Amino acid sequence: MFLQVTMSLLEGFKTTFNIFILTLLFALPLGLIISFGSMCKVKFIKWFVKTFIWIIRGTPLMLQLIVVYYGPGLIGTWAQEAIKTGVASGAIMEWLASWHVFERFFALILAFVINYACYFSEIFRGGIESIPRGQYEAGQVLGMTKVQVFFKVVLMQVVKRIIPPMSNEIITLVKDTSLARIIMVYEIIWNAQKYIKSEGLLWPLFYTAVYYLLFCGILTLLFGYIEKKLDYYKI
Amino acid sequence: MSILKVENIYKRFGKIEVLKGVSFEMNKGEVLSILGSSGSGKTTLLRCINFLEKADGGVISVDGDVIFDASDKSKMTAADIRRSQLNFGMVFQSFNLFPQYNVLENVTLAPKLLAKEDPNYHANKKAILAEIDEHAKELLARVGLSEKLDSYPCQLSGGQQQRVSIARALALKPKILFFDEPTSALDPELTGEILKVIRSLAQQNITMVIVTHEIGFAKNVSDRIIFMDNGVIAEQGTPAEVIDNPKNERTKAFLNLISQKE
Ligand SMILES: Nc1ncnc2c1ncn2[C@@H]1O[C@H](COP(=O)(O)OP(=O)(O)OP(=O)(O)O)[C@@H](O)[C@H]1O
Ligand SMILES: [Mg+2]
Repeated sequence: MFLQVTMSLLEGFKTTFNIFILTLLFALPLGLIISFGSMCKVKFIKWFVKTFIWIIRGTPLMLQLIVVYYGPGLIGTWAQEAIKTGVASGAIMEWLASWHVFERFFALILAFVINYACYFSEIFRGGIESIPRGQYEAGQVLGMTKVQVFFKVVLMQVVKRIIPPMSNEIITLVKDTSLARIIMVYEIIWNAQKYIKSEGLLWPLFYTAVYYLLFCGILTLLFGYIEKKLDYYKI
Repeated sequence: MSILKVENIYKRFGKIEVLKGVSFEMNKGEVLSILGSSGSGKTTLLRCINFLEKADGGVISVDGDVIFDASDKSKMTAADIRRSQLNFGMVFQSFNLFPQYNVLENVTLAPKLLAKEDPNYHANKKAILAEIDEHAKELLARVGLSEKLDSYPCQLSGGQQQRVSIARALALKPKILFFDEPTSALDPELTGEILKVIRSLAQQNITMVIVTHEIGFAKNVSDRIIFMDNGVIAEQGTPAEVIDNPKNERTKAFLNLISQKE
């Protein structure tokens, strides 16, 4: 039984891990882009992005999962209904009527990426804004372009500064993956819960903690290692 | 022909007018010091000349070419500004070294990036990079830091950091080197080593503009002195004229105040 549970949880953990990796892979670069938006000199873009971040950070991820998964389908049905009853028509309505639910896993990753990109963007923004103006000016008077100053001078300093808050957020992500079962993506906790219903066993649920702990432990070590690697200079 | 000509520079920040028509010229190989009380606009003047601030009025020419004209916006693309900036080197009060690079990398970073724009770069990459390293080591030897090539800025004293930043500014072979109070962030003992380096640069006929509060040093090293007061040049001339026989009341008051402190 123990072996069977272990393997079943491992299966669930694969999904957990995939959610984690895919979210990181897309949310990190997207977060950087969003952070540029939130520091944009064009007021309209800046406030649009800031409002978006406020909405995403101000609502539960669980709710966002539900909206992303069921939302498009609901809009599609509503538009079809409206066209059928003649309440509305036109190209936009036709287009809305073609909306349908996303594939489960896609919807899940989409919601996670948007949510985490917003959190990451605020960490990036804090990091970028904490770099003294003198660094930009020194690069500029040495004839570097803006892009060179960002990538050659500023970015490494930002990375060093944001590793502690980033590692915090990334470890939170590991545990947030358990929300996937809200839209029935079967991650590790769901696999453990099965055993309550089918066999009346509670311990597999507790057993999942071992997986989380091990995984977060590895991440903690990894971040410690990176921090040490960057210890050769001080900002 | 003068190497640098600054005509009628105006600059305001919001309501306050910081520069109210500043003009001066300097010749190749000259050392010009700018004195003046705090808030008189010395830093702002340097920043307007090397494009860290945009002047509201005035014209700046290098070697007879106009590089900035406030009334002519056409020549002011980012690329133009960048090209013009390469005429100047700047040493900041707070060093502004790049913390993640070691001493040698701090000096070679900008020249190596610039070399990539050379059309022959790919053909002669090795030779070009080796030459940049060679030149950087030479400069670091000149400021007495040959032993510290591999150190990081956080491992250096303030005086050593400032010497790295001087080498870094020289690495791009600027026509004119600007210093904004290069010793004000340093202890008195460390001030001496920087002044020594600047003095040796003066002997090598490097054209320099130095904003400083070290009157004795300015008098000793400069060919000409400008005294700024409240956004204008109140007095300019040789050190003998401005420091030993000031005509302007404000200059006299300023020099008195400084000598009392010392
Ligand atoms: N970015 C800025 N925004 C607003 N005001 C500024 C700015 N930079 C400088 N000023 C103002 O301009 C005036 C001149 O400043 P500046 O730094 O040029 O003086 P300074 O002669 O270099 O003084 P110090 O000897 O203290 O360095 C000051 O009143 C200062 O407050
Ligand atoms: Mg100043």
